[in-house]
Amino acid sequence: MSPELAQYLLSGITIGAIYALVALGFSIIFNASHVINFAQGEFVMIGGMTTVSLIGAGLPLPFAIVAAVAVAAGVGLAFEKFAVEPARGAPVVTLIIITIGASIFLRGLATLVWDKKLHALPAFSGHKPIEIAGAALLPQSLWVIGVTLAIVLALSWFFGRTLPGKAILATSHQRLAAQLVGINVRTVLFISFGLSAALGAIAGILIAPITLTSWDVGIMLGLKGFAAAVLGGLGSGAGAVLGGLVLGIAETLSAGYISSAYKDVIAFVLMLAVLFFMPRGLLGGRITERV
Amino acid sequence: MKRRHIAATAGRFLAGTIAAGLLGVGIAGAQEPIKVGSFLSVTGPAAFLGDPEQKTLELYVEKLNAAGGVLGRKLQLVAYDSAGDAEKARTFARRLIEQDRVDVIVGGSTTGETMAVVPLVEQAGIPFISLAGAVVIVEPVKKWVFKTPHTDRMACEKVFGDMRSRGIAKIAIISGAGGFDRSMRGECLKVAAQNKIEIVADESYAAGDSDMTAQLTKIRGTAGVQAVLNAGFGQGPAIVTRNYRQIGVTVPLYQSHGVASKEYVKLSGDAAEGVRLPAAALLVAESLPDSDAQKKVVVAYKREYEGRFKSEVSTFGGHAYDGLMLAVEAMKRAGSTDKARVRDALEATRGYMGTAGVVNMSAQDHMGLDLTAFRMLEVRKGNWTLVK
Repeated sequence: MSPELAQYLLSGITIGAIYALVALGFSIIFNASHVINFAQGEFVMIGGMTTVSLIGAGLPLPFAIVAAVAVAAGVGLAFEKFAVEPARGAPVVTLIIITIGASIFLRGLATLVWDKKLHALPAFSGHKPIEIAGAALLPQSLWVIGVTLAIVLALSWFFGRTLPGKAILATSHQRLAAQLVGINVRTVLFISFGLSAALGAIAGILIAPITLTSWDVGIMLGLKGFAAAVLGGLGSGAGAVLGGLVLGIAETLSAGYISSAYKDVIAFVLMLAVLFFMPRGLLGGRITERV
Repeated sequence: MKRRHIAATAGRFLAGTIAAGLLGVGIAGAQEPIKVGSFLSVTGPAAFLGDPEQKTLELYVEKLNAAGGVLGRKLQLVAYDSAGDAEKARTFARRLIEQDRVDVIVGGSTTGETMAVVPLVEQAGIPFISLAGAVVIVEPVKKWVFKTPHTDRMACEKVFGDMRSRGIAKIAIISGAGGFDRSMRGECLKVAAQNKIEIVADESYAAGDSDMTAQLTKIRGTAGVQAVLNAGFGQGPAIVTRNYRQIGVTVPLYQSHGVASKEYVKLSGDAAEGVRLPAAALLVAESLPDSDAQKKVVVAYKREYEGRFKSEVSTFGGHAYDGLMLAVEAMKRAGSTDKARVRDALEATRGYMGTAGVVNMSAQDHMGLDLTAFRMLEVRKGNWTLVK
């Protein structure tokens, strides 16, 4: 493998892992409510920005991270309680529009609470790149990839082995039936917003040392994360990860070998091509069959 | 905020008139104030331009008035917020000309707003000093239109000049997708050949991209690259700088004047070490040698601005300072506020020392700056140092 190819792949995997984390958040809420939460990117922003200001206030990094995740989860819960729940029973499209409104609101709020400047977080374990096959990888990338893996494993345990997880899964498959067997569908929705906001915040904190963070960081990441979720199959955890990685690697390979000006075009055309032949995404179909 | 400001201006004006009337001081009543009109992007996406510009204009109109005004008359600022919108800029410019009957216009934070107003001022015949960057504003020369900021073409030439002095002939360009980035990239490509610089790689990244290692790897693999120039603005350049060190590119990295702020150094951390960029003298005001003719002007402006607003000075505010001072100087030399005479005096500006550099206008050049307007800076130990 040439050093160039190795570098493209490593960069692609790092970017892909970031997209995957955001995509996971989309999937969780989609599972619980069939709503695509376009405010997902804003949770990423809230996570990063809160951590930055808590560190600025003198808190050590681990505490700041925990607190920021809690803040984001709180915002997610409040969002569900005050914006989504009052509109329950409304068509899914209405709910999606509410999430778009919430994302604009949260961005505006962020410019008031914080500022319009860019901020950087210190890397968790230094800036010294690690050499792999002639390519350089930042330690922070390992954090991103590692935590993504850990979260996927934790989520599959949560959804496959615990009662609340199974309840969310059941609700996603058949809402009415779930309600009939005694699952509190409203609580399920409430929990999934909190969970997905926390996930978004974790993503935002992990990537802040690499990509920097600012009030509008959620727009592009939200879009790419959504694309990754669709590519992998909406609602599928493994699909979100696969979709993120495919999108990330497609971007870096096309920037490296074809043209950096058209890398997003190529990545999105690839996505459209996949969806054309597999409308449920790479892993979406199989999940449905298993039901 | 805009409304409050206008109300305050109107209130002050009214109070002044009434006071003058009560005291029976005929002089102030008889002497109409000189009206300086302005439209700036005080809010909206270009607020980082318009905000310091407006503050600067208010500050210096106040200072000039405290010092007795111009031609024995007080200055009055009539400012509107065009919010980065060319359509609004046109409406406000018309209002300034037809209703407020201003004597001169100093404003236009962005190139889009400026160009939308050009036909109006040309038709009305009113001196207009723009605060926007692009070359198109003064090229071709328009009779009534002047501008104070340096252009991105000059930034390219400055960088290329520095490269040549280091024996660099082949370079790679990496730029973002924003307006500033694309304009500068275009200008650099245009003037590269005449500066004996060959561009062997031309890469780009999209707004919000979080990783540029792929583009930089490609540049690293391109034969003959002796330096890399990043024409960029905002978050991109900081990520480029970090990725640059990450994948271990060793040739010199140049940034543009778009990131000439402490913010960039802070965001890039150690990776910024050794990076060179062209910047206005204002940013390194205090570290200029005392022999530098510009030092007095930039240090004075910086202290005045930072003392008053408690925020870091920016080159954009400096452009507004230059615009206002050029207009005032021209009025003094013309001995009146007659529009045609002020215009002629503006065009005849020679040796005016402003925050952007020495201004020498002519019938062919309505900007009047040369490459000395830019200083070459290098980041050393997290601080700017002047490259000799």
